[in-house]
Amino acid sequence: MNSKYLTTIGLEVHVQLNSKTKIFCGCEIRFGAPPNSQVCPVCLGLPGVLPVLNHQAFRLGLRAVLALRGTPSKRIKFDRKNYYYPDLPKGYQISQYDCPLGQGGALEIETEGRLKKIRLTRAHLEEDAGKLMHDISAAASHVDLNRAGTPLLEIVSEPELETPEEAYQYLTHLKAIIKSIGVSECNMEKGHLRCDANVSVRKNASDLLGKKVEIKNLNSFKAVKAALQYEIKRQTEALEKGEAIPQETRLWDDLKQKTLSMRSKEEAHDYRYFPEPDLVPFFVTQEEIDRELASLPELPKEKAERFARDYGLTTYDAGLLTQSSGIADFFEDCASGFPGHKTIVNWVIGPISAYLNEASLEFEALKLAPETLIRLIKLVESGQLSFQTAKEKVFPEVLKTHRDPEEVMKEKGLAQVSDEGALDAWIAEAIQAHPKVVSDFKSGKETAAMFLVGQVMKKSRGTANPGKVQELMKKKLKELV
Amino acid sequence: MTPPPISNDSEAIGPPLADETGGGVSEFNLKHIASLARLHFEEKDLKVFESQVAGILKFVDELRKVNVDGVEPTSHPLPLTNVFREDEIKPSLNVEEFQKNSPQVRGRFFEVPKVIEDKS
Ligand SMILES: [Zn+2]
Repeated sequence: MNSKYLTTIGLEVHVQLNSKTKIFCGCEIRFGAPPNSQVCPVCLGLPGVLPVLNHQAFRLGLRAVLALRGTPSKRIKFDRKNYYYPDLPKGYQISQYDCPLGQGGALEIETEGRLKKIRLTRAHLEEDAGKLMHDISAAASHVDLNRAGTPLLEIVSEPELETPEEAYQYLTHLKAIIKSIGVSECNMEKGHLRCDANVSVRKNASDLLGKKVEIKNLNSFKAVKAALQYEIKRQTEALEKGEAIPQETRLWDDLKQKTLSMRSKEEAHDYRYFPEPDLVPFFVTQEEIDRELASLPELPKEKAERFARDYGLTTYDAGLLTQSSGIADFFEDCASGFPGHKTIVNWVIGPISAYLNEASLEFEALKLAPETLIRLIKLVESGQLSFQTAKEKVFPEVLKTHRDPEEVMKEKGLAQVSDEGALDAWIAEAIQAHPKVVSDFKSGKETAAMFLVGQVMKKSRGTANPGKVQELMKKKLKELV
Repeated sequence: MTPPPISNDSEAIGPPLADETGGGVSEFNLKHIASLARLHFEEKDLKVFESQVAGILKFVDELRKVNVDGVEPTSHPLPLTNVFREDEIKPSLNVEEFQKNSPQVRGRFFEVPKVIEDKS
C-alpha cells in the first residue's frame, strides 16, 4: 500500500445474542423456521402493544461489555431510530442513542509481529430487522419477520485500524472472545455476526478531500478484507487524480468483488432519534456486574498466554488454538494424555483446520474424540502408518465414520510396510521395469534414484515406509554400479 | 454511521425537529420531514402546515428558557425502572390470523412493492 496516504478503518459489528426469545417479546428465535412463524403482535408492530426487555439479552450484552473491558453505563435507556423500510414493521428500530449499555473497552490484535490495542467506542443493544427477499418474483419483494426483534449487540470500534489485515485480525479476535463467553454462537452462515466498515483514505490528518465511506453488506470476514482492499485502492486512485471522495454509503457486491454507491441511503441517515416511551430506563446494578464478572471464563488471550507457558507453544500456535474454545479444550484433552504437544498442534492447525475450512464446519461438528486423534498419532509414531497415509486416507475416513483409526488402517490395507522382504520385491520390480533410469543413475544422475523410489511408493499405494525404501533403493543401486 | 455522543448524566432528548445548527424554527424543513415519513402534502397545504408546526415549535421552544440546573433528566414519565421479562418462549401468532390484516401476501410472506437498492 502507498504509504503516502493515511488509511483509517472503523468497524461496527452486530452480534446476535444467544437468548431463546426475542429482545422485546416471547417469540422463539429459531433459524430456518417457516417464514413468519415466529411472530407476535409486538414484533409485527401491531398498534397498542408494549415491548418488554428480555433480561437474558440484557445480561448477555453486559457480559460482552465486561469481557471486552468496557464500562457498563450506570443508567441506560432505549431510543427510536426512525426510518422507512419494509423489513422494519414499526417504522422505527428500538436501539440506544446516547445512553448505551457499555462505553469504551479494547481489543488486542497482532499486526506485523507486534501487539496493537484497538479501542472500542461503545456497545449498545438493539433489535434486528426482518428479512427481505427479492428473487421470489420479479414484480414484488417479500418480507419474513421471523428475524425482526432478534437481540443484537452493536460493537463500535474507534477508527484505529490501518489495514484490511488488521480489520480481519480484529474480527477474528472479537469473534473468539464473544464465542468463548457464550454470548453468541457466532455462526457466520446464520448471520450471527454482521459487519459494516468505515474507511477513509487521506493525504494526511488535515486533508479534506478524503471523506469517510461506509461499506455495508459484509457477510464474511473474507468479504470485509476484500471490500476494504477494493475501497482503499478506489479512494487512493481518486486522490491521485485530485478528485474529492464524497461521504457516502456503499454496498459490497461479493460476486463482482466491488463496492457500489447506494444513493438511496443518503437521506435515510436522518434517523430523528428520540427516547422510546414504551420502555422505562434501566439501572445496571453492581450486583449484576459482579455476577457476570465472576462467571466469565478464561478469555482467549489469557488462554493463549497459558498455553504458550504451560505447553511450550509458540505465541503463533497458541493464538491459533485459542480462537475457538472447542479447539482449545480438545487440545488440552489431547495434551493431558500425550506428551507430544507439538505433534498435536501440528495435527490441529494442519489436517484438522484444513478439513474444517474446506467443509466450512465448526470444530464441534466433527465430534472428534481426543483419544481418537491420539491413537492415530501413535500409529504414525510407531511406524505402523505413514504420516501421509494417516493424513490423506485414514483421517478423513475416521472423521466421516467415527471408527477406530487402526481398524480403518487394517481394513483398507493401509498399514505401512517396513518389512525388508516385501520392500525388496517392489524395489527389484521397479529396477527391472526402468532400465533406462537405472543406467542414468549409473552414469552419475543421483536424482534418478528418487524416481524409482516414487515408483515403489506408487506400487505400494503409499504404504511402503518411504525412509526405508530410500535406504534400500540406494543400497541396491550402488550394488549395481 | 458515526456513533452519537454518549451522555452519562445529562439526557439528550434526541435532535430537535428544527435544524441542529441553531437556526431554530426558521430552518425547520417540513417537506424533508414529510418525505422521511412518506407523507405527501400538496404545496398549498405545506405552507399552512409549515406555519402551524412552526407555531407549535415556537411554543415548545419557550421551555428552553426554563432554568433546569441540578434537575435530574427524565426520559420516562413513569416512576419505574428495570422492568424486565424472563427469557421464556411464548406462543407465536398463527400466520392466517395476522395475514387477514395484510393488504397483500404471497404464501407465508408479506408482499410489498419491489424494493431494490439504487446502485450505481
Ligand atoms: Zn414477537
